[in-house]
Amino acid sequence: MAMNIQEMILTLQNYWASQNCIIMQAYDVEKGAGTMNPMTFLRSIGPEPWNAAYVEPSRRPGDGRYGENPNRLYQHHQFQVVMKPSPDNIQELYLKSLEAIGIDPLAHDIRFVEDNWEAPTLSAWGLGWEVWIDGMEITQFTYFQHVGGMDAHPVTAEITYGIERLASYIQDKENVFDLEWVQGVSYGDMFLQAEYEHSKYSFEIADKELLLNQFAASEKEAERAIDEKLVLPAYDHVLKCSHLFNLLDARGAISVTERTGYIARVRNLARKCGKAYYEEREKLGFPLQKQEAMNYGS
Amino acid sequence: MAANHFLLEIGVEEMPARFVEGAVKQLKEKTETWLEEQRLSYSAVHMFSTPRRLALRVEDLADYQEDMVEEARGPAKKIALTDEGDWSKAALGFARGQQVDAGDLYFKEVKGTEYVFVEKEHKGQSTTELLQEMKTIITSLAFPKNMRWGSHELRFVRPIQWLVALYGEAVIPFTITGHTAGNVSHGHRFLGNAVTIHKPETYEQQLKEEYVIVDAAERTELIRSQIEEIEAENSWHIPIDQGLLAEVNQLVEYPTALHGSFDESYLNIPREVLVTSMKEHQRYFPVENDEGSLLSYFITVRNGNAEHLDQVRKGNEKVLRARLADAQFFYDEDQKLSPDEAVEKLNHVIYQENLGTVGEKVMRVEAVSTRLAEYLQLDSTKGQNIKRAAHISKFDLVTLMVDEFTELQGIMGKEYALLAGENTAVAEAVAEHYKPKAAGDSLPENIEGAVISVVDKMDTIISSFGVGMVPTGSQDPHGLRRQAASIVQTINGHRLPLTIQQLIVLVMDEIKERSLLQREEADVLKDLEDFFVQRVRQKLLDEGIRHDIADAVLLHLGERIDVVTEKAGFIQSRAEEADFKETVEALSRVTNIAKNTDSGSDIQTELFQAEEERELYEKSKTLNQQLDDRLDQADVAGAYQSLQAVTPAINAYFDHVMVMAEDEQVKQNRLQQMTLLSKEIERFARFRSIVFSS
Repeated sequence: MAMNIQEMILTLQNYWASQNCIIMQAYDVEKGAGTMNPMTFLRSIGPEPWNAAYVEPSRRPGDGRYGENPNRLYQHHQFQVVMKPSPDNIQELYLKSLEAIGIDPLAHDIRFVEDNWEAPTLSAWGLGWEVWIDGMEITQFTYFQHVGGMDAHPVTAEITYGIERLASYIQDKENVFDLEWVQGVSYGDMFLQAEYEHSKYSFEIADKELLLNQFAASEKEAERAIDEKLVLPAYDHVLKCSHLFNLLDARGAISVTERTGYIARVRNLARKCGKAYYEEREKLGFPLQKQEAMNYGS
Repeated sequence: MAANHFLLEIGVEEMPARFVEGAVKQLKEKTETWLEEQRLSYSAVHMFSTPRRLALRVEDLADYQEDMVEEARGPAKKIALTDEGDWSKAALGFARGQQVDAGDLYFKEVKGTEYVFVEKEHKGQSTTELLQEMKTIITSLAFPKNMRWGSHELRFVRPIQWLVALYGEAVIPFTITGHTAGNVSHGHRFLGNAVTIHKPETYEQQLKEEYVIVDAAERTELIRSQIEEIEAENSWHIPIDQGLLAEVNQLVEYPTALHGSFDESYLNIPREVLVTSMKEHQRYFPVENDEGSLLSYFITVRNGNAEHLDQVRKGNEKVLRARLADAQFFYDEDQKLSPDEAVEKLNHVIYQENLGTVGEKVMRVEAVSTRLAEYLQLDSTKGQNIKRAAHISKFDLVTLMVDEFTELQGIMGKEYALLAGENTAVAEAVAEHYKPKAAGDSLPENIEGAVISVVDKMDTIISSFGVGMVPTGSQDPHGLRRQAASIVQTINGHRLPLTIQQLIVLVMDEIKERSLLQREEADVLKDLEDFFVQRVRQKLLDEGIRHDIADAVLLHLGERIDVVTEKAGFIQSRAEEADFKETVEALSRVTNIAKNTDSGSDIQTELFQAEEERELYEKSKTLNQQLDDRLDQADVAGAYQSLQAVTPAINAYFDHVMVMAEDEQVKQNRLQQMTLLSKEIERFARFRSIVFSS
């Protein structure tokens, strides 16, 4: 019996918990990728060790298809693992996690294919691979080299599983809405309505004027919070800006000439947050560097 | 002296396939250089590579360095000996410094002076000790992109996982990023195990038992023969793209080729789309029938053995199915948009920051291309085709297909243009105006494509230069050098009667009219001149023209490139001939004495004193007319003959006339005669740049 999505998530959580990762919850601000969760973005800055895993619902308004496309979604789910410093056997740990969810590497063709990651709005980039299983990309595997405008050292390894992709492989389904979340409840049962409504909202209904004002307000508020050395509230507003920009883009409210300008504005804020985060952690003496803090619970 | 083989293996996490070949070459060269510097004799260096390892074996590596006798020079003899003929303090000090007895000193003459010398013998060190240096060789390897990992400082292509360093049966234990070299290697990720290498010569065999074929060439041949087997079994034709084969080869340690299929209905999608989906995105080899038409099959190469192939096939088919379903959707949707509607949309696509939209760029290219067609006196059909093709040259950029497969820009433009009823010449020009895309790529075949290609690229260059984006050193983010080289290639290949200078003027006028220059025009022109002279020079060098000859013929951009090229070739073919040298010597007598600046005054024949002056004057006039005609018709050999015909008069002149005459008026008149003749000569080449071998 192939695992349903819930079993898959629970298995991955247990697996990474046993590898000393703190199981976090998704962050409660809309975002386009698990990387933007402060538990990845901010924690990958500076010398403190950090191991965490969590599921992140990721919203990409432009990818919405009213629930009509079998592969494209307004919101998909990522299972995110970050480990800093990256352990020497991180690839092996990852491959064992695949076995844990029922993928026998001997029965498949698993490859690490070069893929370099870059997030212009976060002023971040890294090197790594996309992991292919029988030709299908199921995971993005990245060693962060640069985050928030600073060189990353020690280096964080980030593993991002595409939950829907992986499930469609494990459950052998062509259409994402046919996936089984738990027995008797399909992905469509849970998300089809949301896919339709959010697509319609993003493409047709969203109030451009309101969103533009919100963007400007959040941008201003982020700056104000940074000036007060309040990094995490500032970063929340950066996330809001990023999501609002994605919404505005999907709504066709941002002309091509303005586009790069918006990206630069978000990047500028993310860099400031990154720098301020480092400084504030330094003032605190980088608390997680304490020996006992590194052996989370074990 | 005894010898052993030495094995080095660097185990890494999967390297990018495109880096492996360069890394292998670099590791080999660095190792060979080091062995030679260390005076370590060996018979050969064999290289091995897979995605997870770079390895080499030095065969018959001597176990000690060769002993070396070195001569050290001390003070001169007159200082080394006292008046009594004993060793002086200086000599004794030298001996002490060299740790030898004064009795070992001897004299030897160097450039007429005798010095004290001593022979010092360096005993060769043991290879085992020296091989520790492999650490430095490994950490000095440079890759196009490097990374850090964990808490290590080292930057390398991907994290190092293990090291093997084995000299005979002895381990050479150096440590990099926490990994100490030993004799344990690792087999295939899933099929193999860790394996202790007994000795360097059993490396390949032992790894093969662990499902790794370490010899890259052997792996390539295996893949090729597996594909050929599938080909024969099914009576298919499977073209093996060398680039794809090389890439696939560095994605697998133990290859097994297999085939899969897709729904035949997708064969209605243009071939290029199917091939791109398969090759670029999935690294599959497309399958054809004997007539060269695509079939609904593909070949993939698995990294593993022949177990569970059905499962692997099924997974790959599913992925391709999703990709082709997308492509089909794009293809159907795109055809609902006419080229003109698409062009309209280009007004909303940004071209580059500060440089407006693609729609605006297309308008400029259309205007200039049309003007260039008139200038080249092309017939009206061609002129109309050029106008239309330039107008729709970028329309496919807003199609879904090109958005997804950017590498198909132009190619989809042609497909969609034909479907929309554009004529063949127009459709082809849309595809071809991007050419040549890289060094070695073919030129636009028809004149329509060629005209738009050079205008489009020149527009890119000048508009970029106009906002200060001028390539410097290794900085050329928009690939402008490549674009310039393409212009040079296309003008030359099509033998367009057009100079770079003329093209610059045509495009510059349009750019100025649209107020796109943010810098002084004169500065931009100066940058363009330097930039293009370098590109033409490079073209000549690439064609095997000598540096000095390239410098001699390449004076400015106001001359047709084909003429410049021909001159260079002509000179190079004659350069070693005696009569060429004589001609150049005669011509140089004139150019050497000539002034750099023309005084502007006419030659006053009444000041002539010798018959030779008048004779040369007459010959010069003929030369001027002949060069006008012959250079205009690209008759390089003829133009050279005209120059050669003047040389007897030049030699006679210098035998009988003193240019630097006492009478100032006469002197100035003669200098002016030399200066004007020199200008004529240098219309052909700056001969004094040419270097003669002896």
